[in-house]
Amino acid sequence: MKAAVIVFPGSNCDRDMKVAIEQSLGTSPTMVWHGDSELPDTDLIAVPGGFSYGDYLRCGAIAGNSPIMREVVKKAAAGTPVLAVCNGFQVATETGMLPGALLRNANQKFICKDAHLKVSSKNSRFSGAFKVNDIIRFPVAHHDGNYFADDDTLARLEDNGQIAFKYSDENGMVSSETNINGSCNNIAGIYNEAGNILGLMPHPERLISDQLGGTDGKLFFDNLINSLN
Amino acid sequence: MTEITKEIVAEHGLSESEYERVLSILGREPNRTELGIFSVMWSEHCSYKSSKKWLKTLPTEAPWVICGPGENAGVVDIGDGQAAIFKMESHNHPSFIEPYQGAATGVGGILRDVFTMGARPVANMNALRFGQADHPKTRHLVSGVVAGIGGYGNCMGIPTVGGETNFHSSYDGNILVNAMTVGVAETEKIFYSAAAGIGNPVVYVGSKTGRDGIHGATMASAEFDDDSEEKRPTVQVGDPFAEKLLLEACLELMATDYIVAIQDMGAAGLTSSSFEMADKGGVGIRLDIDKVPMREEGMTPYEVMLSESQERMLMVLKPGSEEAAQKIFEKWELDFAIIGEVTDTGKMVLTMHGEIVADLPVAPLADAAPEYDRPWVKTVAPASIKASEVAPAEDLGQALLKILGSSEVASRKWIWEQYDHMVMGDTIQRPGGDAAVVRIHGTDKALAITTDCNPRYCYADPEMGGKQAVAETWRNLTATGAKPLAITDCMNFGNPERPEIMGQFVGCIDGMREACVALDYPVVSGNVSLYNETKGIGIHPTPAIGGIGLISQSDQMATIAFKTEGESVLLLGDTSGDLGQSIYLKEIEGREEGAPPVVKLDVEKRNGDFVRGAIHSGLVTACHDVSDGGVAIALSEMALAGNIGADISIASDLPAHAMCFAEDQARYVITTTVENAEKLLQEAQKANVPLLKIGTTGHNELKIENTLAISIKDMRHVHANWLPDLMTVPGHE
Repeated sequence: MKAAVIVFPGSNCDRDMKVAIEQSLGTSPTMVWHGDSELPDTDLIAVPGGFSYGDYLRCGAIAGNSPIMREVVKKAAAGTPVLAVCNGFQVATETGMLPGALLRNANQKFICKDAHLKVSSKNSRFSGAFKVNDIIRFPVAHHDGNYFADDDTLARLEDNGQIAFKYSDENGMVSSETNINGSCNNIAGIYNEAGNILGLMPHPERLISDQLGGTDGKLFFDNLINSLN
Repeated sequence: MTEITKEIVAEHGLSESEYERVLSILGREPNRTELGIFSVMWSEHCSYKSSKKWLKTLPTEAPWVICGPGENAGVVDIGDGQAAIFKMESHNHPSFIEPYQGAATGVGGILRDVFTMGARPVANMNALRFGQADHPKTRHLVSGVVAGIGGYGNCMGIPTVGGETNFHSSYDGNILVNAMTVGVAETEKIFYSAAAGIGNPVVYVGSKTGRDGIHGATMASAEFDDDSEEKRPTVQVGDPFAEKLLLEACLELMATDYIVAIQDMGAAGLTSSSFEMADKGGVGIRLDIDKVPMREEGMTPYEVMLSESQERMLMVLKPGSEEAAQKIFEKWELDFAIIGEVTDTGKMVLTMHGEIVADLPVAPLADAAPEYDRPWVKTVAPASIKASEVAPAEDLGQALLKILGSSEVASRKWIWEQYDHMVMGDTIQRPGGDAAVVRIHGTDKALAITTDCNPRYCYADPEMGGKQAVAETWRNLTATGAKPLAITDCMNFGNPERPEIMGQFVGCIDGMREACVALDYPVVSGNVSLYNETKGIGIHPTPAIGGIGLISQSDQMATIAFKTEGESVLLLGDTSGDLGQSIYLKEIEGREEGAPPVVKLDVEKRNGDFVRGAIHSGLVTACHDVSDGGVAIALSEMALAGNIGADISIASDLPAHAMCFAEDQARYVITTTVENAEKLLQEAQKANVPLLKIGTTGHNELKIENTLAISIKDMRHVHANWLPDLMTVPGHE
């Protein structure tokens, strides 16, 4: 299988994403520069974290209008899996690939720490390594991860099983105390309706070995790669 | 042309005798642009005129040192054809005036110093000093500085992996923001700043030049007064996105062989970068000011030369490479302009609109920078305070909680959770331990990094304090299993024109030198920040030390957390029980008195080398150096980090409060399995290292026999909450 990582000016988790994919896949993903108007033939598109175009104007807004994202939207609509992490998630909401928006964290501050997540729905491709209601740990590092959508959208996400992960504590308690950034319904990540796009604020690519403090991210990528192979 | 009056000279911070020297170098009156150039080049910030005499006495060499002080940053060999490049720099004055931008551009500046030399930055650190916690400005300054450091480093995608923060009234009017960057380069691909090659193009890259930051270097060389707020316009504004592009573009260009010399534009902007490049290369430079990319119209040569706009670099390229180099910068959407050439005149000649606007000899201006041997008086060291002279607190458990929840010891998590400390995927020891550790990408090696200084010690006894600051970083690196390699120093002091302040500076340098020599741990880069005074009141002397060490096999790294129940806890090193300048004395007795603990460098080295060896042999399961707050605090921090308690009983003749809280140096707490404890004790005896079994890990409290028993929950409560509580604005979330 082949993977591609999109690189915008200001992306800064592109290398981390590459390393995580390499570790599970055994070969390197293609790094695709934002100015390119064509995507290579690929089975997985990763939109990494960072501050694309400085996140000026609004997080992900300028990247959302880049030529390469038009191609990503097209491929995604045709069924190619897309993993959009952190700034990638912000970009994905800006393109309309995923509903809702990511607002400034409720405490107005950048937050970098490990977050406990409750696996909230089944998606064999993206969360097949875990069971629904499992508690896993991925780090967060963002200033604008406060997921917002209107009530109808939230109801639809809940009903369709489109909520991938919710912020919880280590025991699985999902509450306002465990909602680290003020997200509606503690949402940390969502799927599109077809289930081939995952947008999430936490960074699975950051916990891929014991030395880095945990392996839940490795389990995530191993499963993702296996399911696409 | 404006006539140069006495007032104009004074406004430029030049003394009468310095102006006399200007006249004799030029043989004529300078014009205003030329005067401005002299002013910044001879400012304390750029010329080190008060400190040079003493800085020269520091050891700067070791077999692994590739480049010592004098370049943009220091370079040490870390094996396998790789080098670590690092430096720490102050951005104190701007951060007090405008904390967010001041701190952010401090980070931006130090990052450029490191990637100018060809390194990809891999870690940021910082050393911060604020006024006392309840000072009305403190909350505003902490909030702005932390957001600024995070705002810049997070966007750049360089992890900010740790640092240190103190709160003390001596910084009420002058906070200290010292930022450090560590980068990694190939030893064959290190870039220097000496211009060469007559006729080679001089190229400007990065952001455009605006009217910001004019005279920043001069501001940084004066005391504050009531009007300092008005200096806000001299604080630069940072654009981390532009710097991220500049970083990637420079590294891409550095992969070619087009660059002859490169220098970032930091303090004193285009002036200092062009003069330094010309002076180091022994050449002249001709610059066409019209070609400098400018943000606004109508800028004068004076403004262009003195602007401190951020995210800019000056380079000398090989002839014929211009077009290919330009393409790289176009890809990253950055300005690229050929603004001049290297000449054989030995002069800096600036033209604008076809006219010569400055014509200055390079070497005399750079070499004739004033150097002062300022009068100084030695600080009289106070007497030590013995345990018997301090009555024990009624309840030592409560004393422990008070210290754990004090401004000195409380958790800094509120700060480092605002820094992305994991990006780049190589942070294998996060903030909160003795030193941060980052893996060298794609290898099994790692760098340990720490910053340290105890200003209370330095104020009481500058020489001992300087020695201690160096030794403490060495100890912190050692506690992770790293071999300490070298340091960078950021010398923050008051007004050097006052002999007692100059005496503090000289004392600290003396102590640092002694420690660097004894520990084989040279200074490879640094920065001096003087005039940290407001209305005649100076800060505590603060020689902040940034140390780096190498861990050759990253799986041999130690951390402070207790790992599992039932392990032996050992104390390494002797305890005299003296309490002078201890946190116990400060927090429990309300006194900052007496002599700081004595640093015995031979003992320091012996104990540290033993600990490192023990870590490498795999016998140590956790290791923490004993510093602020003594053994009881070290044990508490290990318990908090591992969420496991300990049952401690220390055989000692000392009174309990001294045994628990004295800050004797060269000590570590280590844990090991019960089976290995005996082995370690034997080996210590052979090595003549004092090692004492003091207890066993387990349960959910820290219990010290006949002294105290406090639950981890209670410890965590006071330790975790002090800073968030301080930073919570009443009535707001």
